[in-house]
Amino acid sequence: MSQALPKTIDETAELLKSARYVADRNLATVLFLALKMGRPLFLEGEAGVGKTEIAKVLAATLGRRLERLQCYEGLDVASAVYEWNYARQMIEIRLAEAAGGADRTRLGEDVFSPRFLIDRPLLRAVRPTGEAPPVLLIDELDRTDEPFEAYLLEVLSDFQITIPEIGTIKAEKPPIVVITSNRTREIHDALKRRCLYHWVDYPDAARERAIVAAKVPGIGETLTREVVAFVQSLRGLDLFKLPGVAETIDWANALIALDRITLDPATVNDTLGVLLKYQDDIARVRGSEAATLLERVKAEAVAAGA
Amino acid sequence: MSASAFSGGKLAENIMHFVRALRAAGLPIGPGRTLDALRAVEAVGVGRRDDFYWALHSVLVNRREQRDVFNQAFHIFWRDPQLLEKMMSLLLPRLTSEEAPANDLDEVSQRVKEALAPSPVAAEGAAEPPEEIEFDAALTFSDRERLQAMDFEDMNAEEQAEARRAIARLRLPIEEVRTRRSRPDAGGRLIDMRAALRASLRTGGAIIPLVRRAPRTRHPPLVVLCDISGSMERYSRMLLHFVHALTNDRDRVQTFLFGTRLTNITRHLRHKDVDVALAKIAAAAEDWSGGTRIGKTLAEFNRLWSRRVMGQGPLVLLISDGLDQSAGEGLEAEMARLHRSCRRLVWLNPLLRFEGFEPKSKGIQAMLPHVDEFRPVHNLKSLAELATALAKPAPRRDERRAA
Repeated sequence: MSQALPKTIDETAELLKSARYVADRNLATVLFLALKMGRPLFLEGEAGVGKTEIAKVLAATLGRRLERLQCYEGLDVASAVYEWNYARQMIEIRLAEAAGGADRTRLGEDVFSPRFLIDRPLLRAVRPTGEAPPVLLIDELDRTDEPFEAYLLEVLSDFQITIPEIGTIKAEKPPIVVITSNRTREIHDALKRRCLYHWVDYPDAARERAIVAAKVPGIGETLTREVVAFVQSLRGLDLFKLPGVAETIDWANALIALDRITLDPATVNDTLGVLLKYQDDIARVRGSEAATLLERVKAEAVAAGA
Repeated sequence: MSASAFSGGKLAENIMHFVRALRAAGLPIGPGRTLDALRAVEAVGVGRRDDFYWALHSVLVNRREQRDVFNQAFHIFWRDPQLLEKMMSLLLPRLTSEEAPANDLDEVSQRVKEALAPSPVAAEGAAEPPEEIEFDAALTFSDRERLQAMDFEDMNAEEQAEARRAIARLRLPIEEVRTRRSRPDAGGRLIDMRAALRASLRTGGAIIPLVRRAPRTRHPPLVVLCDISGSMERYSRMLLHFVHALTNDRDRVQTFLFGTRLTNITRHLRHKDVDVALAKIAAAAEDWSGGTRIGKTLAEFNRLWSRRVMGQGPLVLLISDGLDQSAGEGLEAEMARLHRSCRRLVWLNPLLRFEGFEPKSKGIQAMLPHVDEFRPVHNLKSLAELATALAKPAPRRDERRAA
């Protein structure tokens, strides 16, 4: 059953928290505004900071359907918006012939009628269904090319889709739109203009601890503290790809699977591949650098505990 | 201006002269538009100066970047057409009316000045925009030959201006790559079912003719990294004209300058008027003619920008003489990464003009193993050769994915 939209920023934060998504205040604010104003939310940030997760959490907590469109190069109308069911259309033509006296105009209208339309995510998101409007997730928009971006302009500003053979289909109520981008290229200003923009940053230590505690059941407090402190100090290094929150959670899970309750240099070296995904980065951190970081993390933990 | 002073035929003649002056300044205005201008002035009347200004403006200007040229030419010309004759001997800024703010008159006005004080050679050349790789037709053959082979560094101011005009017309036909999109093509391999069904309905569905499509091709994005250190100064200024022409010729061109730091000048280069664009770049880059730290700036590029601009397999033009202040420190690893994350890495080095050039410097030795192509770039001829080389299919290189 669909829930009412949150009325305040605090309620928005609570809503996210109820689905174990720990958001900071500025994300809750921009999300609240996007819901309130009915504008698409454009989330940009490094890989693994929880951009896609926001849409999933919204759909789950608000009880809405999630329509997900994964973008890729060459994404076209047939796979993003709608496609005609050619096989059925051809059968229809043959049937009309068999019945005899196929009238050309009638046949044209019949064959291109909504019956033969296959809905794809964008069309499903704007098609009036009578229930609450869905959450539309347009994931990794930077992976597609400019022509598709240009197509989105009409959809995102008027929430309508034009099918030449049928006409314009307009949403009764605009869907909740979340667009994510990893910024492998710049998205055009015309599209950004239609959205509320938010840069999803790496969380600070306190929030990351809360995230790990919420996402990794059964993790001890010492390990949480050490894992988060280690990852946070890694982010201070000059690495090619810094570990995201997703990597932190993966690492915590990995350590639990290895039955560790505290970090030690050997384990860190062996499991570094969970955190860092570039050989240059791993080669740089493995060994003495990791040991130094770990020592500092432990010393700080002792200092904080005392 | 006392507009009413122009009576009948005299006004028409003056408008014609004005249009000719604008044409000489590089605005593409055909004879039909002269007639339009006359009609517009007729409709609006010459009672008010600003009405007159905007009437001409509406007909003669059809691009944003032409406004400055029009504005300056208008104020100079319609103040006193007789000034045309004096233009040669007088300096321009003193002649401007109050309407044209003096600080706007630095570089753009150079063109207006040239146009109003025409030397026939330059004026003719500015007219029609030629296709493909073609150089200024206004020069005589031998002039052209000489200019083609002349080193940018040895040119005097006039020759440089001539070369810049030639560069502005240079096109860079990069080998196109296949995309996942398609276009109608009678001989294509893909079948367009939607179009086929539409076509079949035209015959009442009796026959379904196959409508075919073929993959569309597109040029890859272009990333230009240009060295602006002291040793490169003359070349990089000249090559920026080249990059400006590229940026305005196609989409997806990203340009960075590096010396001791990295500056992204893509937005500045989008300015259609090359003089304005270069003025903005000069203000944006603070390390002109300083030292070079290639390794450090490339590291910065790799870390901060490569994911944002190298996502779609671009062609990278690295313009540098490879003379590195920090003796190639950390350069090799950064070059390797740059190489891995692009489709093709072309190094343009003006030092290659010296016969028997040997890569002795540490920086050059560190960079050389990681480039796909190493080419000279010191005169117009080498730029034209670059264009031909890039149009050919690249020699195969192992499939490397973006880092």
